[in-house]
Amino acid sequence: MSALITCRHVDFGYENHDAVIDLSMEVDEGDYLCVVGANGSGKSTLVKGLLGLIKPTKGELTVAEELRRTGIGYLPQQTAAQRDFPAAVWEVVLSGTLSRREARPFYLRPFYSADAKRLAASCMEKLGISDLKNHCYRELSGGQQQRVLIARALCATSRMLILDEPITGLDPQAIQDFYRLVRRLNRDEGVTVLMVSHDVAGIIGQASRILHLQQRALFFGKPEDYRRTAAGQRYLGGEGA
Amino acid sequence: MKVIAEMLSYPFLVRAFAGGILVSLCAALLGVMLVLKRYSMIGDGLSHVSFGAISVAVAAGWAPLPVSIPVVVLAAFFLLRITENGRMRSDAAIAMISASSLAIGIVVTSLTTGMTTDVSSYMFGSILAMSRGDVWLSAVLSAVVLGMFLFCYHRIFAVTFDESFARATGVNVSFYNVVTAVLTAVTIVLGMRMMGAMLISSLVIFPALTSMRVFKSFRAVVISSGVLAVVCFCIGMTGSYVFSTPAGASVVLVNLGAYLLFWLVETALKRRIRWQPLKTGGKRTPPAGEEPASGSARKWKTIRPEGERAPYSAGEKKRP
Repeated sequence: MSALITCRHVDFGYENHDAVIDLSMEVDEGDYLCVVGANGSGKSTLVKGLLGLIKPTKGELTVAEELRRTGIGYLPQQTAAQRDFPAAVWEVVLSGTLSRREARPFYLRPFYSADAKRLAASCMEKLGISDLKNHCYRELSGGQQQRVLIARALCATSRMLILDEPITGLDPQAIQDFYRLVRRLNRDEGVTVLMVSHDVAGIIGQASRILHLQQRALFFGKPEDYRRTAAGQRYLGGEGA
Repeated sequence: MKVIAEMLSYPFLVRAFAGGILVSLCAALLGVMLVLKRYSMIGDGLSHVSFGAISVAVAAGWAPLPVSIPVVVLAAFFLLRITENGRMRSDAAIAMISASSLAIGIVVTSLTTGMTTDVSSYMFGSILAMSRGDVWLSAVLSAVVLGMFLFCYHRIFAVTFDESFARATGVNVSFYNVVTAVLTAVTIVLGMRMMGAMLISSLVIFPALTSMRVFKSFRAVVISSGVLAVVCFCIGMTGSYVFSTPAGASVVLVNLGAYLLFWLVETALKRRIRWQPLKTGGKRTPPAGEEPASGSARKWKTIRPEGERAPYSAGEKKRP
């Protein structure tokens, strides 16, 4: 069990305000870490920081060598423009193979390589969407769309997934399916998962660790302990209070 | 055939055809990106900025193209920046900028030369506008656009479909946005004088919207948009020659016709799929692979409750 990502007293932020202050945590291999917190508490900023899209303004962020090589799979929040995007499922999944790690100096290729296609096919197989290959993305249900996006993220890497509020807009059945799917990926495929979510009650049963963010980390640790903290009880509706 | 041969005997019409085909091809390809990223109005905004710039240039006695291209490119940068920062809603920003530059153009013109045919031709386009230099510039532009779509097609897809994911996988998203903005600006300045400031944005949005009605993969939409744009432009130009109608407006009308045609095709395709269950004795299982919760299927279910047979249905009407 080695740490994939280590943060030591890290601040993340934009021009003149820090959205995340003095965060210390680590993500180990095989972890299922859930980041919870109110709107505007810095969750999305943290995700951007971990993906390397913004640099920490203070502190030390260490990313394990193997993760730097393979990259992090990312499932962004869905935008309105995507919902009616005319794209076949295989086009979406294949676009995940454009990872920077494979980039050659002259990445001017009109076609995908056979390797990329094989990888995409195996990712679709893993998520049980092979039969949707030629379907149009905008005609899928919300749950199926999320599967397609996870397959795309897995094309980028099979080591670690970052999911940013993945259950927004899904119906209860699809949410349960989605959780089952993520748990399976985490347990059977050994994918490290970091999920940002509002659904604390649904998540606490399956996550291996919880990070409660309110600019600063209010809590970081095991879900059992989280139930006992004040912050946890507020979010879980005062169980055991 | 005779008409086309006759048309091509005029050198200015040959130039108009060559330049127009190239510009509409570029506009259509870039249009797919712009429409899908919800920047449809950018073409409209930029053409008005271009109108303002050209009016000022004409009033000051400068050559129009060298002045308007940099101005419009700057405006394109600015509009993209606003959209990315999210400080202001981009549709509002575009509306504001386009109205202001139109106003600047009109005021400058009326103070100097007055509203002449020149101004009217900028507003509504003139078939005589394409010079030899313009045609060359269009050729260079379309070479760049086609090259970009051929070699960076997958990056373009990634950037258009999901900017955040593309950024996370190491695609230089800002670079692509800037390139798109610059190419769109040049396309619009080139096309504007033939199509007119009021009408050029249709070249950007129509082919993409039309193709999206029927085609379901990004590749098909891109290819179909390019083909449609060229075909519609040729038909529109020929029509404008035969019926002596303004070129820009004729092309737009042909584009509208194509849109309606594709819309009909889409409706027909959808109906054919949805009507199938009726033939099997009103069984309401949706066809394989189709989500029961998808919009129209659900509507259909509510219109016809369980076990009840509709007095007549569209499916039966079709039978002899």
